[in-house]
Amino acid sequence: MSRFSALLRRGVVGFGRFWWDFLVGDTPELFLAVVATIIVISVISVAGHASAVAVVVLPAMVIAALVISVRRAARH
Amino acid sequence: MIAVTVSTSSAVLVGAVFLACAVEMVEALTIVLAVGHTRGWRSAFEGSALAILALGALVAVFGPALVHVPLNTLRLIVGSVLLIFGMQWLRKAILRSAGLKAKHDEDEAYAKAVAELSNVGPGVNRDRVAFVMAFKGVFLEGLEVVITVLTLGTSAHRLGLAASVAAVALVLVGAIGIGVSRQLSSVPENAMKMGVGVMLVSFGTFWTGEGLHVRWPGSDAFLLLFVAIYLLVVWALVGVLRREAPTPEEVRA
Repeated sequence: MSRFSALLRRGVVGFGRFWWDFLVGDTPELFLAVVATIIVISVISVAGHASAVAVVVLPAMVIAALVISVRRAARH
Repeated sequence: MIAVTVSTSSAVLVGAVFLACAVEMVEALTIVLAVGHTRGWRSAFEGSALAILALGALVAVFGPALVHVPLNTLRLIVGSVLLIFGMQWLRKAILRSAGLKAKHDEDEAYAKAVAELSNVGPGVNRDRVAFVMAFKGVFLEGLEVVITVLTLGTSAHRLGLAASVAAVALVLVGAIGIGVSRQLSSVPENAMKMGVGVMLVSFGTFWTGEGLHVRWPGSDAFLLLFVAIYLLVVWALVGVLRREAPTPEEVRA
């Protein structure tokens, strides 16, 4: 039983670590930018302007995130 | 109109899956060729075959399960994952194109794998080291393909098409790779990575928006506009970074 739970624990930790490395890794700013984008577009949706404003805001936030991340990497 | 929009999204889907699969296959094939040439082909093929089976099982298990998730929720999750994943690819490709990061060199990767394998003694019955290295190489590189196939395929309701394209790319790149053997370094990997990154970010933007109830003008055809916009941004970023990069004289000073 303890061997099974140890194996299960290792599996869960490994699974979590894979997704952490995959989504956050060495570019946490990109992860945070996508979370921020979702929050902003959700707020715009609640205000009832989803399509008109989001069509511009969503790609603009993606471009801003990419530019910031690339500039940050170039400085280092 | 329906035919036009269906073919637009299908074409972008096919292109993204094929390029992503081809890029990862080149990297996996480098490892398999290094294992085969150094330790023998039997373990290299067995390790690769088991990895492909495991990846196929992942698609078979998670693919149908994802179909049951409500479409808007699925598109929001998939769109977010694709945005992060795509921007990570684009960031690396931009830095490499601007000369700020070393390009992925298949010759170097091959030499590294050969050196690693040469330091280990031969196996008794089955070459465990060669088997594990081939398995790990194919499985880890293939995992990114599986995520791309599952996310793009399920969100577009074209999992069959995405999986078929991945299979075609696998066979095609595998056959060409074995034919050219150790000349994989001539594959324009960074340009392909940049193309995949642009398509993943385009799909990511599109589906994140759809998941949040954004209605894109022209529906699926809007994807092409995203591809054009992001290509322009990438081109501009590479140009700016190249101009700003220090010259060899400045580095020496």
